[in-house]
Amino acid sequence: MSETALTHTDTTVAPPMGMLAELTHRCPLQCPYCSNPVELERRSDELDTAAWQRVLREASRLGVLQVHLSGGEPAARPDLVELVETCAHEGLYSNLITAGVSITPERLAALDAAGLDHVQLSFQGASDEVTEHVSGMRGAFEKKCAFAGEVKALGLPLTLNVVIHRANIHQIDEFIDLALALGAERLELAHAQYYGWALHNRSALMPRRADVMTALRAVEAAQARLKGRLAIDSVVPDYYAHGPKPCMNGWGRQTINITPSGLGLPCHAAQTIPGLEFWNVRERGLADIWYHSPAFNAFRGTDFLPDTCQSCDRRDIDHGGCRCQALMMTGDARQMDPICQYSPWHDEVQTLTLEEAGRDEPFAYRRFARTARQA
Amino acid sequence: MNQALNDNTVMRLPRGVRMRHDAARGGWVLLAPERIFQLDAIAHAVMTNVDGKQSVAQIVDALAADFDAERGQIRRDVLALFHALIDRGVLEVTT
Ligand code: SF4
Ligand code: SF4
Repeated sequence: MSETALTHTDTTVAPPMGMLAELTHRCPLQCPYCSNPVELERRSDELDTAAWQRVLREASRLGVLQVHLSGGEPAARPDLVELVETCAHEGLYSNLITAGVSITPERLAALDAAGLDHVQLSFQGASDEVTEHVSGMRGAFEKKCAFAGEVKALGLPLTLNVVIHRANIHQIDEFIDLALALGAERLELAHAQYYGWALHNRSALMPRRADVMTALRAVEAAQARLKGRLAIDSVVPDYYAHGPKPCMNGWGRQTINITPSGLGLPCHAAQTIPGLEFWNVRERGLADIWYHSPAFNAFRGTDFLPDTCQSCDRRDIDHGGCRCQALMMTGDARQMDPICQYSPWHDEVQTLTLEEAGRDEPFAYRRFARTARQA
Repeated sequence: MNQALNDNTVMRLPRGVRMRHDAARGGWVLLAPERIFQLDAIAHAVMTNVDGKQSVAQIVDALAADFDAERGQIRRDVLALFHALIDRGVLEVTT
């Protein structure tokens, strides 16, 4: 593969701004809402260091400005420092998305010296008990707090990221206090998105409406109170919304995802849509994947959307919402997102939400399948 | 934290915010945690003077020398830009 893959630039398609580099699916935690696919990719299939470095160089040439080093747990890769160095060398802004339970202070210092720009640290609970219950790992909370302290001691900017669901929605105020105590500049409170493991666990994760409303009020109050001290980004839970979110800001418009084994995806859940052809960075240049792969071109633009969207003034804002969710609930990825109040499936979604929020199910923790799966 | 800016205030980019040229799309951008700000030509001209050393008055003087515009107007534009960027957490006052 040549690195000068940018031989043809389609003038109607803009280059990507961001790349999500899923370096590995390995992770010491087992969050039941993990966005990784249920069928996790194995270590033996992961791209090697040279391949990732080539991808980063191609990304920079293609127009990517920010790289999110993610996973799984990206620190499970022994070459993480090298990859951060390559980002810095290419002028790419590097964001480390970590669970913060496995990076030693020495390694963090090496990442800092290599030019790391920002750390996004996940918290599963605002207390020891909830963290252990959600992550499946004993002692994780304490490790995360210590890690946050080490990040701040180096002067690196820190964002706390929390996925909100039924088992931690009562801790909103505690998460805010935690972010302040740890010296984070930003706090992201994102309600679980139901793909991958989260879909598998939907009836254990779905919060009740009253709790969602209480949480939203708590967030709004804190946003006003802490303006200028702590930036709080909150992602409203989809199933309780009237209009869909502009998923990925549009399919193949701004972001490219690379899986541990090198597949180029328009969104991390794109593999749930059958019939899409994904190209691999082992065989194709990144620019070729972005501009020409069938998966990226499948839902670019808005032409494929139903008539209701075509005559709707939100068409160029939400792009009809999420393709994966449309498929999941209507059986057709070209439908409008059923979260939309105009969707024929909207009522069904609401009913299902209420039903599942009323159930009490245990978590199925994220794990590698022990043996190859039989259908 | 919307502190009043005056002629002696000195600004800098906080850690985790970088300005760079964006060759693919043309123009300049500020890269920040989870966000990208595209700068227009004027904002870029102002930001090239933000170095953690020059005061607001010095920046306004430098711009007044480069651009054919009234100094008071330049000062208002510079302060408006600084306030907007401070509010978004991508610019800070040196202490
Ligand atoms: S969501 Fe949890 S299990 Fe999944 S990669 Fe992140 S920390 Fe690991
Ligand atoms: S009809 Fe289509 S464009 Fe309009 S809000 Fe619903 S999904 Fe979005």
